[in-house]
Amino acid sequence: MNTPLLIVIFVLLMFALALLPWAHRSWSEREGRVGLKQSPPNHDEGLSRPDLEKLESSDDSLHSEVQDQQSASGTELLRTRISKARDLVSNRLKDIRGDSVDLQIWEKIEELLILADVGVHTTMEIVTRLRTTVEEQGVSEGTMVLDQLKSQMLSELSGNRALRTVAPKGRVPIWLFVGVNGVGKTTSIGKVSRRYTDEGLKVLLAAGDTFRAAAAEQLEQWAAASDAELVRGSEGADPSSVIYDASEAASAREVDLVLADTAGRLHNKVNLMEELAKVRRVADREPGEVCEVLLVIDATTGQNGLSQAREFADAVNVTGVVLTKLDGSAKGGIVFAIEKELGLPVKLVGLGEGDRDLVDFDPDLFVEALFGNE
Amino acid sequence: MFQSLTDRFDGILNRLRGKGRLTEDDISEATREIRLALLEADVHLNVVQGFIERTRERCLSADVSESLTPGQQVVKIVNEELTEILGGESFQVTYSSKSPTVVLMAGLQGSGKTTSSAKLARWFKSQGRNPLLVAADLQRPAAVDQLQTLAKQIDVPVFTAPEGALEAARDGLFEAKQTGRDVLIVDTAGRLTVDNALMDEIAGISDAVEPDYTFLVVDAMTGQDAVNTAEVFHATLELDAVILTKLDGDARGGAALSVKEVVGRPVAFASTGEKLQDFDQFHPDRMAERILGMGDVLTLIEKAEEVFEQEAAEAATQRLLEGTFTLDDFVDQLRQVRQMGDLSSIVSMMPGVPKEVKDADVDEREIDRVEAIVLSMTPEERINPDVVDGSRRARIAKGSGTTPTQVSNLLKQFKEMRKAMKGLAGLGSKSKGRKSKTKKGKKGKKNSTRGGNSRVQPKETAKIPKLDIDDLDLTLPGR
Repeated sequence: MNTPLLIVIFVLLMFALALLPWAHRSWSEREGRVGLKQSPPNHDEGLSRPDLEKLESSDDSLHSEVQDQQSASGTELLRTRISKARDLVSNRLKDIRGDSVDLQIWEKIEELLILADVGVHTTMEIVTRLRTTVEEQGVSEGTMVLDQLKSQMLSELSGNRALRTVAPKGRVPIWLFVGVNGVGKTTSIGKVSRRYTDEGLKVLLAAGDTFRAAAAEQLEQWAAASDAELVRGSEGADPSSVIYDASEAASAREVDLVLADTAGRLHNKVNLMEELAKVRRVADREPGEVCEVLLVIDATTGQNGLSQAREFADAVNVTGVVLTKLDGSAKGGIVFAIEKELGLPVKLVGLGEGDRDLVDFDPDLFVEALFGNE
Repeated sequence: MFQSLTDRFDGILNRLRGKGRLTEDDISEATREIRLALLEADVHLNVVQGFIERTRERCLSADVSESLTPGQQVVKIVNEELTEILGGESFQVTYSSKSPTVVLMAGLQGSGKTTSSAKLARWFKSQGRNPLLVAADLQRPAAVDQLQTLAKQIDVPVFTAPEGALEAARDGLFEAKQTGRDVLIVDTAGRLTVDNALMDEIAGISDAVEPDYTFLVVDAMTGQDAVNTAEVFHATLELDAVILTKLDGDARGGAALSVKEVVGRPVAFASTGEKLQDFDQFHPDRMAERILGMGDVLTLIEKAEEVFEQEAAEAATQRLLEGTFTLDDFVDQLRQVRQMGDLSSIVSMMPGVPKEVKDADVDEREIDRVEAIVLSMTPEERINPDVVDGSRRARIAKGSGTTPTQVSNLLKQFKEMRKAMKGLAGLGSKSKGRKSKTKKGKKGKKNSTRGGNSRVQPKETAKIPKLDIDDLDLTLPGR
């Protein structure tokens, strides 16, 4: 980039920007006075009806299914909850199974993956590889193509999902929970806390979200519900100091594990990401040691999830992903792309609002759920 | 947002623009790429397919208009289809004749309902209304606290009832009537569409308060599932519009397009930041233009407003136009621009910026260097760069760790720029309006609202950004 051009651009930019406030003021004035009429919505109502009915009817049956299985263990829980989602695509699947291997089948598989939020780019890669294998092996039935697809995807989910709860002697293991706003960081902490207090560990929660209103209160309630201790600062306090305080308190009280909450932040906000990097550095000081940095991702997230994972991994060296809200109709296919492209393994999966609705990630079930098996 | 969608459309349409005639293959190729771009932006598969079909059909059957090349025609068609999908005109809130106007907020967990409720309350307040917030989210721990904390910041009362969400909503309505509040905003718990018990609950709340508006809060980062969510909520509640949140991320927000297309309800409001004031009505036409690479001046303005101190900026501009802009002002502005965030993203929002400039990798150190040079000058030199001679130049170069050539380059650029700006200022008043329709409209209104008093400057200058950016590729001086 040559300097003259750069400077010219700059000057123009600055100049333009300096003027903009006026332009905006006048624009708002205009808008305030000229009311736009709301157009009556009459758009495409018909389009969605059949899908919708299908959706509702399947919900009913599934709902009762879930009720029956209230006492299900983690794995069963995953199975039943996820089954809701899979009915939504089962029609496409049936098509594929019935199909012979032709051009259309690839398109259908592509659509299936895209609908599961796996993403265009990753989908293309998967399908290209699948096509090569299928053609080499001379597979001719839709069902077999699907099986091949599943095993291929499974082979790409081979990350190490172990969670580290032990720090070297004299240090307190700290888990940092990071992610964009509203993905369920605080709730996930509550559930992880429950899980380890159940195992007999002494857990301390650090209310590092000092930004969002009442975030500390929310964590406080989780601490109470999961028999964990809590360290909090005042609203607007420096999150690094709150977490450091927590690590010192944990060391003094001989706590086994510190779970540190952080404020939700969009990954493209440079300052906030720097703040987070600082939080991680400070948490890593004695007596604490950061053992896991868990990126929480909401299953409804689309292609943006990849960009979230990339930025958070850059800033704080993420060690794993927690996939939340998988009990809804979304499939969370984006975590496949995240694991494949960035090598970040999904470690935990959130399946509901109860404090025990958090299970280890199981690749088999996940892939199975992406396609369902009717 | 919509960043990479913009890039993709830019590339695709640029290739078509150059062509004198379009073959069916050209159109197929273009629509195929548009399909990919939309899918990458999380637009729902079915919506993409519909969009592509319509666009394709229209492109193939389009009457050849005399004034447009086929390429331009495609751009026009895509623009129209896109605006259509996004919702055409802005949503307008009208108030119920029977006070209060009731607004019900619904959505998945974590989509931003509580924050949006408070933001909406603030917005109503800014419209001269007296809102009452109802905290009917009794599911999530501390959700009521959160709403109360936010409400305190904007000085709006919160009503809640511990017995249940339905009671809270019903009694909240009564409370609003009693206390003469004219807008009631009911914040509800996040719920999954597959959870029938909770969907029944919100349907019950809706029956009890008979909302004038039911808003679905949708996270801009949502993927393909946005459509399922919207459909089920729409079937349960009869949505009126959508509130799109977290638009300040880099998500492409295809969810907004999908929801509008599938349930036929527009995006009414969009939330673009963490602060309560980062919330405003959504303008579909602005978005469509931005997606098509026509820039998004208005968003740029909003960003600038956050950073620039109005008075200082006005003063600097005044000096720039008079030709008395100093290097101090220059550095000052430079710093503020950098505060606005990533330079390339700012550039991308400006209309008419050539592709090469957009794609250029801006080296931030280059700017540090410019700053260093200016800071190595004496105050006198900064005000009047003409005094810089050979020995001063050598001193400045030494002080800033640059070479004398770099110093004189900067000074030359600065002087030329200053001269050009002065020239533009004179030009501005008799400027020809050769920008797109909407922009012309803005200008026209602006002139009429500001009137012809002594504050001539702003009126003129408001046009200049458009002019100078156009001039960019023609190299500034001598225009």
